[in-house]
Amino acid sequence: MSTTTPAAHGGAAKIHVETIARVEGEGALHVRLKGGRIQDLKLEIPEPPRLFEAFLRGRRAEEAVDITARICGICPIAYQMSATHAIERAWGIQIDPQVRALRRLFYCGEWIESHALHIYFLHAPDFLGYQDALQMAVKFRPEVERALRLKKIGNEMMRVLGGREIHPVSVRVGGFYHVPSKSDLEPLVEQLKWALEASVETARLVTTLPFPDFQQDYEFVSLSHPDEYPLNEGRVVSSRGIDLDVSEYEDHFLEQHVRHSNALHSVLRERGSFHVGPLARFNLNYEKLPAVAQETARECKLEAPVRNPFRSIIVRAVELVFACAEALRLIEQYEPPPRTWTPYERRAGTGMAATEAPRGLLYHRYTIDENGLILASKIVPPTAQNLKRIEDDLWGYLPQILDAPVEEITWRAEQAIRNYDPCISCATHCLRVCVEREDDIR
Amino acid sequence: MKSEKHKPVVGIFKFASCDGCQLTLLDCEDELLAVAEAVEIRYFPEASSNMGKGPFDIAFVEGSITTHHDADRIQQIRRQSRLLVALGACATAGGIQALRNWKDSAEFVRMVYAKPDFISTLKTSTPVAEHVPVDFELRGCPVQKTHFLEVISALLIGRRPQLPSAALCIECKRQGNTCVLVASDEPCLGPATQAGCGALCPAMGRGCYGCFGPHENANAPALAERFRADGMSEADLQRSFRMFNAWAWQFRKVSEEVATR
Repeated sequence: MSTTTPAAHGGAAKIHVETIARVEGEGALHVRLKGGRIQDLKLEIPEPPRLFEAFLRGRRAEEAVDITARICGICPIAYQMSATHAIERAWGIQIDPQVRALRRLFYCGEWIESHALHIYFLHAPDFLGYQDALQMAVKFRPEVERALRLKKIGNEMMRVLGGREIHPVSVRVGGFYHVPSKSDLEPLVEQLKWALEASVETARLVTTLPFPDFQQDYEFVSLSHPDEYPLNEGRVVSSRGIDLDVSEYEDHFLEQHVRHSNALHSVLRERGSFHVGPLARFNLNYEKLPAVAQETARECKLEAPVRNPFRSIIVRAVELVFACAEALRLIEQYEPPPRTWTPYERRAGTGMAATEAPRGLLYHRYTIDENGLILASKIVPPTAQNLKRIEDDLWGYLPQILDAPVEEITWRAEQAIRNYDPCISCATHCLRVCVEREDDIR
Repeated sequence: MKSEKHKPVVGIFKFASCDGCQLTLLDCEDELLAVAEAVEIRYFPEASSNMGKGPFDIAFVEGSITTHHDADRIQQIRRQSRLLVALGACATAGGIQALRNWKDSAEFVRMVYAKPDFISTLKTSTPVAEHVPVDFELRGCPVQKTHFLEVISALLIGRRPQLPSAALCIECKRQGNTCVLVASDEPCLGPATQAGCGALCPAMGRGCYGCFGPHENANAPALAERFRADGMSEADLQRSFRMFNAWAWQFRKVSEEVATR
């Protein structure tokens, strides 16, 4: 790749990132520049389609909990949660409050693991000029070790509650197959206390990173719950006044199929792209964060609404603080449920649910027949909802840096993509980067 | 550099999959930095922007082959790798996406995508070994990190990796779990499934769903008979063998026999 600047060649260049690294799954970015302007920009998603919605037909609704987990090894609990809640809704199952609390604790484990992984392993290297966290470890060994320990604690929570961290096996329609005793959870307390401190340190650390001056007027979308920072429950709300029951989601959001992507692009019917994930959650639910997370946000000079997507790394750290504090609270208040799962009868119906995966809102819908078999399903992962928004960010951001060498444009473009912690495996149930200057520079 | 000795060059490659098996490596929190010192991880796009070229001493391959492009890519990876290790149910058996192998995959694509002509995909999802010779297979959906580490350490010192090959029942009994099949007629694929997960499901009182795939001497038809005797419908029987290792031959065969009944 050339280090010549586009300006030196009449502003024509191609930027091509064949495989976008440090994202889950395969993506590519093509940018074509001419006369110092972007001619074309596409986030390509060549990750092979896996066709979940097709083969779910004819499966038992209960099986969707374990099958859809396989859409994503990074956030299987998110899939298990959205699936089970959608099916419970279709069948009118009320879960016990203790089961609800335990699911929330389970989800906190996934948030801790996923956010620690993204902050330190996938995103921080962009800001610091490293190719990966292992290279970073040479100079920042204590920080990388802290990341590993944080990740491990999230994983440990998932192991205690689900048997294993990737594709855990304890969740079932109506509740859990198995629930922990109070004493099973006790060893987590000391670890989580350390994790809470480490998360606050993480927030302080990432606040010192250099942030590009870039803001967008996003429409943020997330769940919102009257009493708590959203995980498993809430209405779908947006910063421009959307306030829906989850069952109305598809009336307002639709998925479009574009040629360059094996992941569908979501848009808001009237207004186009929108933004889901930590930034959206934080901006729409700031007052629901526990005091320690709010204090951390204040210390890091984060004030909702945050509109600079690069600062999402700080927001993720604040959410780490939240997840640790919330987990500690849930463990302290934990009483094993009177029954591990609520008995139910299978019946024909349709159920929708949305939960907050680490990357943002994850929507599932199942239509089930009278025998309990799936007739139709729809799964809208957070990355599919963000894809169009990521492209829009690049259209907005790249013109600011077009005077830079192609190498740097490419680096910064990838960094901007990673603001969203995209999970391409999810989105295709979709990254590679290519900046292309016409009048080839060679 | 502590030593000038050649470090084995490792590549981690992804095909159709959920990324969970390669995440397993990053989940080796206590060992990751040591592994990274013992080997040269030259290609691991999920974790690093440094995407070096082969040849590789060990290629770890996650995912199944579902596109023409991927069918070519696995050949290239094989050509430049001394050892090729297939990671997990997708790479060793085609994964859950192999359910398309019994269906009209064109219809599947039409069902999921509004403009099916944009999509290029094969009719089948197949394991790596159907395309190139595989030196070693790590089972599981996902693989176990202890197995991953065992393979890396064994290959580093030049011995054969030692991994469980018996039925899950052996592992389950050793843990002292109550048999869910015998005690509560809970359909459990344990007798036909390879050990390795730690009998997680029976330990939680649920039947095994076979995520480690069939063990070598699995008598899947006999297990199917037992499920029938407990009143399981043919359709449920077929579904129970058609999960994450549906295309593994023992599970495939018994599920096809069910289909013809």
